[in-house]
Amino acid sequence: MTLDRAIAGIFILICLIYGYTAFITMEANLLPFELNMTFLPNTMPKVLSVLGVIVGLVVVIQTGPNNQAEIDPSEIDYRNMRQYKLVQALLLLALMVAYALLLRPIGFLAATTSFLAGGSMILGERRYIVLFPVAVFTAFLIWYLVHEVLGIFLRPWPWFI
Amino acid sequence: MVEGILQGLEAALSIQNILMVIAGCLIGTIIGMLPGLGPMSIIAIMIPIAIKIGDPPAALILLAGVYYGAIFGGSTSSILINAPGIAGTVATAFDGYPLARKGKAGKALTIAAISSFVGGTVGAILLMGFAPALASVALLFHSAEYFALMVVGLSAISAFTGTGHVAKAFMMTVIGLLLATLGESAQFNAPRFTMGIMDLQSGISFITLAMALFALPEALYLVLDPKRSNTGGVGAEIKDLRITKAEARQIAPVIARQSIQGFFIGVLPGAGATLASFLGYAVERNLAKGEERAEFGKGSLKGLAAPETANNAACTGSFVPLLTLGIPGSGTTAILLGALIALNVTPGPRLMIDNPEIFWSVIISMYIGNVVLLVLNLPLIPYIAKLLLVPRNYLIPFILFFTMMGSYIGQNNATELLILTGMGIVATIMRFAGFPLAPMLIGFILGQMLEDNFGRAMNLYDGISFMWIRPMTTGLLVISVVLIFLPSFRERLAAWRRRGVAEGD
Repeated sequence: MTLDRAIAGIFILICLIYGYTAFITMEANLLPFELNMTFLPNTMPKVLSVLGVIVGLVVVIQTGPNNQAEIDPSEIDYRNMRQYKLVQALLLLALMVAYALLLRPIGFLAATTSFLAGGSMILGERRYIVLFPVAVFTAFLIWYLVHEVLGIFLRPWPWFI
Repeated sequence: MVEGILQGLEAALSIQNILMVIAGCLIGTIIGMLPGLGPMSIIAIMIPIAIKIGDPPAALILLAGVYYGAIFGGSTSSILINAPGIAGTVATAFDGYPLARKGKAGKALTIAAISSFVGGTVGAILLMGFAPALASVALLFHSAEYFALMVVGLSAISAFTGTGHVAKAFMMTVIGLLLATLGESAQFNAPRFTMGIMDLQSGISFITLAMALFALPEALYLVLDPKRSNTGGVGAEIKDLRITKAEARQIAPVIARQSIQGFFIGVLPGAGATLASFLGYAVERNLAKGEERAEFGKGSLKGLAAPETANNAACTGSFVPLLTLGIPGSGTTAILLGALIALNVTPGPRLMIDNPEIFWSVIISMYIGNVVLLVLNLPLIPYIAKLLLVPRNYLIPFILFFTMMGSYIGQNNATELLILTGMGIVATIMRFAGFPLAPMLIGFILGQMLEDNFGRAMNLYDGISFMWIRPMTTGLLVISVVLIFLPSFRERLAAWRRRGVAEGD
């Protein structure tokens, strides 16, 4: 099974769930006065779910194994992921999730410094003398610009300060 | 109209707004040069700043300046290191990079700047002529026509961006429309499809979606494939920015043709700067003869001038549907539309009448922006290009950080960052499989407007009869059906021909 077919298949599944919500659940929750109205909150979702299933099926039919688009050399060939730095990419994504979860509790400055330093280290940077000052300086600079110049509140310090 | 132009001149020539143009062009050039941050990401990051400015003309002038600056910055990195920052300048690298390798980087940058300048300026003149004409037609439009127009826009986007697989592009558009229905609906304020999650009540933020669809996959690509951010070779200094008279005479006709062609391609929804630059390159190669044609791809001046002129003219052209119909034709103008709505301005045919100062000051600032790029940025390029020497190990974490900041500071909600990461992963996988991502963002941004107009038309006509009662609506819907089926019909025709089936006449 090719990746594009699999994606289209998942999309059809999502459309079916979406359509079930639109046709059945939302229909049941309509208020009495809404029953006589032409346009309802679930009108558009109904149309979209049907359209989505049809389009998804067309993609599934069109993208058979014999009908694959040529791989653009500038794109990444997902069939051969080993030649790429997959581990680095996954670690960076994990770091992003950690940043999202820690941003509020440990404050902007600590979170950003660790993110920038950690990201560089994942990519193979080992010059710690350059790395940490750059990360700390950037974190303070961005905080200053966003907080003082733009006036958007960012909690700088951890929760206990 | 004259009164409007004068008002626009007054607004655009204020010190504050001139500074905005200069700042926008500089920021755009600097960031646009970095691989991984295209105009869409930069504009999305700049939106909180634009909202903070609060004055719609000034904010829009800043964002538009960032847009041209980014395109210009993208061509600089295409020429110098063969790493186009954005898709619209890929064709620039075909001839720009060979020129730089011959030691003519300065000349190539000057030609790029002059071509961009002329393309942008001619585009702005054509915009001044076309936008008001289109806006006066658009005033006749009703919600039914608007609905139909958006359907045409969305099908055109699917038809033009889906190279080879229109169905895939169409599927992405539908995904965008589905995502737009999350959260509260406009005509009824009941939450839909939120699965009980409070953070989804207000729907997905379009900046988060834009970042997840463009900035994050691009950054992940840079991580996965280190060759993409190969910044070796910038070390050589850039000198001799002058071009000779003979060279100017050689590229003049190319620039003239491509300014006009690029503009009209830019006006088409979904086509945009990328298509304009490739088509411009192809057309000029076919027009060139003998030796000149052989030169293409090896450092031809014409081959550099063509895509550069076309992509800037197309950028200006893409403002036509945005300013007159309120319908974005490209990912970038879609983000600009989001910014305008956030600033409480509704683009559309009424914009010219209700807020002439916004409409005209943006157009006039385009002239100023082009001059700024030529006079200010070109001499600064040798210094700005030093930025390309920033090592990849530092660059990528910064790109990821700015991506997250863009979606975080607009909402101040850490859940946005999780949504961003999740959607970014999905978008990257979709990009692996060759699904175009721009139609999804445009579908998302148009989704709400589409539903509003559809609902209004249905309420007025008590059903969907408006689709065949109003001739203009019917006509537009027919066009959109043709747009969707035409490419697959042509593909089928080509397949039949390959099988040796005789062609009917």
